[in-house]
Amino acid sequence: MFTGLLDGIFNGLSVGSVLLLAALGLAIVFGLMGVINMAHGELMMLGAYTTFVVQNGFKKLGDPWLQFYIFFAVIAAFIVAALVGLALERGVIRYLYGRPLETLLATWGVSLILQQFVRSVNWVMIIGLVLFCLLFFGGLWLLQRRLDFERIRNWGIAILLPLSVAISLVIGSILSNAYGLAVTKPWFGAQNVDVTAPKWLLGGLPLGNYQLPYTRMFIMVLTVLCVLGIYWFLNKTPWGLRIRSVTQNRNMSACLGIPTKKVDALTFALGSGLAGIAGCAVSLLGSVGPNTGQNYIVNTFMVVVVGGVGKLVGTIVGALAIGITDYIIGTGILALLFAPIPPLANFFTFFATTSMAKVMVFFLIVVFLQFRPAGLFPQKGRAVDA
Amino acid sequence: MNEKILEIKDLTVSFDGFKALNNLNFSLNTGELRVIIGPNGAGKTTFLDIITGKTKPTEGQVFFKGKNLRPYSEDQIARMGIGRKFQTPRVYLNLSPRENLELACNRVKTVFTTLFKKTPTAERRTVSGLLETIGLSHKADMKANLLSHGEKQWLEIGMLVAQSPDLLLVDEPVAGLTDEETERTGELLVSLAESHSIIVIEHDMEFVRQIAQGTVTVLHQGSVLCEGPFDVVQTNPRVIEVYLGQEIDHDAPESIPADLTSAALQGIGEPDQIHTDLSSAALQEIGEPDQVY
Amino acid sequence: MAVDVAVERSGIASSRRRALLIEAAIVLAIALVFILVVPLLLSGFRLNLMGRFLALSIVALGIDLIWGFTGLLSLGHGIFFTLGGYALAMHLKLQIPPTASSQLPEFMSLYGVTELPWFWQPFYSFPFAALAVVLIPGILAGLLGYVIFRNRIRGVYFSILTQAATIIFFNFFNGQQKLFNGTNGLTDFQTLFGVKVNAPATQYGFYVLTIIFLILAYALCRWLTSGRFGRLLMAIRDDESRVRFTGYNPTGFKVLVFAISGALAGLSGALFTLQTGIVSPNSMNIAFSIEMVIWVAVGGRATLVGAILGTLVVNFAKSLLSEKFPDIWLFFQGGLFLLVVMFLPDGIIGWLRTEGKNLVRRLTGRKQIATYPSLEEDPEVDYERKNLGD
Repeated sequence: MFTGLLDGIFNGLSVGSVLLLAALGLAIVFGLMGVINMAHGELMMLGAYTTFVVQNGFKKLGDPWLQFYIFFAVIAAFIVAALVGLALERGVIRYLYGRPLETLLATWGVSLILQQFVRSVNWVMIIGLVLFCLLFFGGLWLLQRRLDFERIRNWGIAILLPLSVAISLVIGSILSNAYGLAVTKPWFGAQNVDVTAPKWLLGGLPLGNYQLPYTRMFIMVLTVLCVLGIYWFLNKTPWGLRIRSVTQNRNMSACLGIPTKKVDALTFALGSGLAGIAGCAVSLLGSVGPNTGQNYIVNTFMVVVVGGVGKLVGTIVGALAIGITDYIIGTGILALLFAPIPPLANFFTFFATTSMAKVMVFFLIVVFLQFRPAGLFPQKGRAVDA
Repeated sequence: MNEKILEIKDLTVSFDGFKALNNLNFSLNTGELRVIIGPNGAGKTTFLDIITGKTKPTEGQVFFKGKNLRPYSEDQIARMGIGRKFQTPRVYLNLSPRENLELACNRVKTVFTTLFKKTPTAERRTVSGLLETIGLSHKADMKANLLSHGEKQWLEIGMLVAQSPDLLLVDEPVAGLTDEETERTGELLVSLAESHSIIVIEHDMEFVRQIAQGTVTVLHQGSVLCEGPFDVVQTNPRVIEVYLGQEIDHDAPESIPADLTSAALQGIGEPDQIHTDLSSAALQEIGEPDQVY
Repeated sequence: MAVDVAVERSGIASSRRRALLIEAAIVLAIALVFILVVPLLLSGFRLNLMGRFLALSIVALGIDLIWGFTGLLSLGHGIFFTLGGYALAMHLKLQIPPTASSQLPEFMSLYGVTELPWFWQPFYSFPFAALAVVLIPGILAGLLGYVIFRNRIRGVYFSILTQAATIIFFNFFNGQQKLFNGTNGLTDFQTLFGVKVNAPATQYGFYVLTIIFLILAYALCRWLTSGRFGRLLMAIRDDESRVRFTGYNPTGFKVLVFAISGALAGLSGALFTLQTGIVSPNSMNIAFSIEMVIWVAVGGRATLVGAILGTLVVNFAKSLLSEKFPDIWLFFQGGLFLLVVMFLPDGIIGWLRTEGKNLVRRLTGRKQIATYPSLEEDPEVDYERKNLGD
């Protein structure tokens, strides 16, 4: 029974560390901008697909390299997700500041687009997109050099937009006719793809009659490194200081000369990058599909709700608590523990499946919120909820 | 009429160790108009937060008409007869001034009366009268977000009166108003004082001179520094010291830990270039979001 | 003075009564067109779609009530919608001819259930089922609302909590094969009051029924949102803490509105189930609940007509586009979210109110409304509105 509980705690910690990795970026962004990014799960998914691509690339390089692809994958996943996040912030979210509910809807739209994107992305699409961006933004850039830009701006966009769309579409269809499947075959398709962990991550550390899988341990180490990295970044670097000051008081920071817009963009990119790393970690646990992100978002949102805003430690405790509770209830350890008391045992057996455990955890979260509505570590003071 | 309408005993409020109010004692007679002044960060707004139930005291009690206010929530306290006007005018921007006043005027504020009962004629009449008093009759049916800043201030004072409270708490009613508007606001408050007990928080000394008939209370670092008639308070050496900042003000801004602000300053610019007193005042000003306009 | 007020009041009252009569006449006329004319124009398949979409617009009205007017973005209306569907479907599943070999719904025998679970029993009675359609979702919404609102949890927190609740119910119903047939849901309905559910005449009856309930729902929402109650809802949306300091406790108002909104969703789900012939946990997925919000956003929030219009427009567009381009439908949908939120925040109705008026004037050669000195565009007013709003 004791080993059972220990096993539960370890596995719970490992589930929790994935959650933490996923929630970390979300919590930082939410703390700073009050924005919940519904596309956060899709950024994770992009990270997971990046891992898949990197792995395939390293397969071509051969064995000694292949063993270490995961380190490059983590970095690549971070960069890809961060860039997409940056584009999202610059292109959508910054226009919606102060309207968190609208941001929720807009980012949901983005998440739908990203899901469909990985399903149907192919060479034609990429070429078309790049072409469109070159034409449209290039054209705008050229127009901007004219002195009367402000006056002709709307006309310029009205002409440029359909023109660049049309050119990209035409070239796309010409390409797909000329080269056929070679360019129109989806890269990933709607099916799930598999990432195989490098050899040295297979197997596990034997512990009595139980095994600690190395992949899980790797993820926990990765999480610890990320948390330490973020902690260092926020507390020891000038940009971290700026992020913290904007988090606490945006207006004042702006008056002191902190470029709040840059801080927002940077933080959002950072949060998205963390989602990418989380995606990379998740890809080691199971196959990766366009819907991978959806499985994680609700849980990560709950971590943010439980953890409260503005303190890293809240997120950490929240994620680990949810992970452990979820696992312990879901595997029926409690049912075993209460076996001597039949009604309790039956009660816990009823919740001893993965999906029913979530029901119980949600219920507990709602109960928790009755006592601590602002989360584990609420901010105090007059500025809050002014 | 020397009954105490509001009594505050040994009140302390601390946010994560920082004491916004420190062992404060205060009392207000029924029918009195009291002006509270004090430098930024003295705890004036927290003081109002406590009375209206937005913040609960860490220690000490607040008695309104002899009742301890601790167990009551904001809306209950409001129904007991305390009305509050905020620093920035907070009116419902998507409703017309008439609708704003009608909501405030509603006597029975439960869900079902509001849903099933029509506004009684008496209340409609009160609202029409109030619209006239605050000079918004001709704009009664346009959306409140089209009103000017001064008109919003007046509308909010109107809403306050419509609640027919016994005690009015008015937080900086003339911030951002023109001189003429300021004077009219003063007259309005003085006339209201005939039938209500009022606490006014204000910075504008001219305005304070206009309305202060009796006692003025000076808050500093969360406690009462001194109390007395305006002329006496004005010449009190300690008040002058506090206001002119000869003493170094260790008062940390309320919402920002001191280390972070000073660090932020260093991270961004040369702190020496900014006059220290000025900057700390600016910090405190900005540290309160509802003060920025 | 007093006389003035009285005269003014009776004047306002009579003009208001006239406006209401005109509105009722218009609603009735549109309803008659939908009942009598539209069936002649559409094929059976499209008419069935129209009926479903009209049923969906009832839930859109509910969302408009809670989001458009009260400012609470619920991402959990799929729950209430589906529960309403289940309540009616359970009654339909119990219409077992006495000659049948088993007196249980067929899936139960499949999973080896021998006795009807206790909570199925009352659903033999139609009045109970009909009440359950609105009461179960309504009460559940009320409870959920109470535990959330009483702690002043609001804004994004409320949204993601309702979203989590959605996934919880989804999981729960998916897991209960013996009680609710799990993922497959309840389907294959035979009769209601002895009439075949799938017969065209019955389906037309459901179509008319949907329209009647839609009118009733519209009237209810219209009544709720006009008058003091409606204004208080908007006050809560604009500045909740000010409402508290005025002496109202917003919790009760929010709970009531959320419960009504949930009940409307339940009604909508029941009518929808009648016309699709199936209810399954699938309508409790996250995406569907968010989609409902976008219907309202497209039509124009805080306008009841907008909610109905938006539902019809988006859903017909969806059925057309997803037939033609099934692969890239999600691109359209995602794009729609972005487009509406970023460029059409007030939806179609809001756009018509501002741009439409000017357009009509321009087309008819009449002078445009001079907007100077426009308070709308006064930068100072704009700045204040943005920064002093909260």
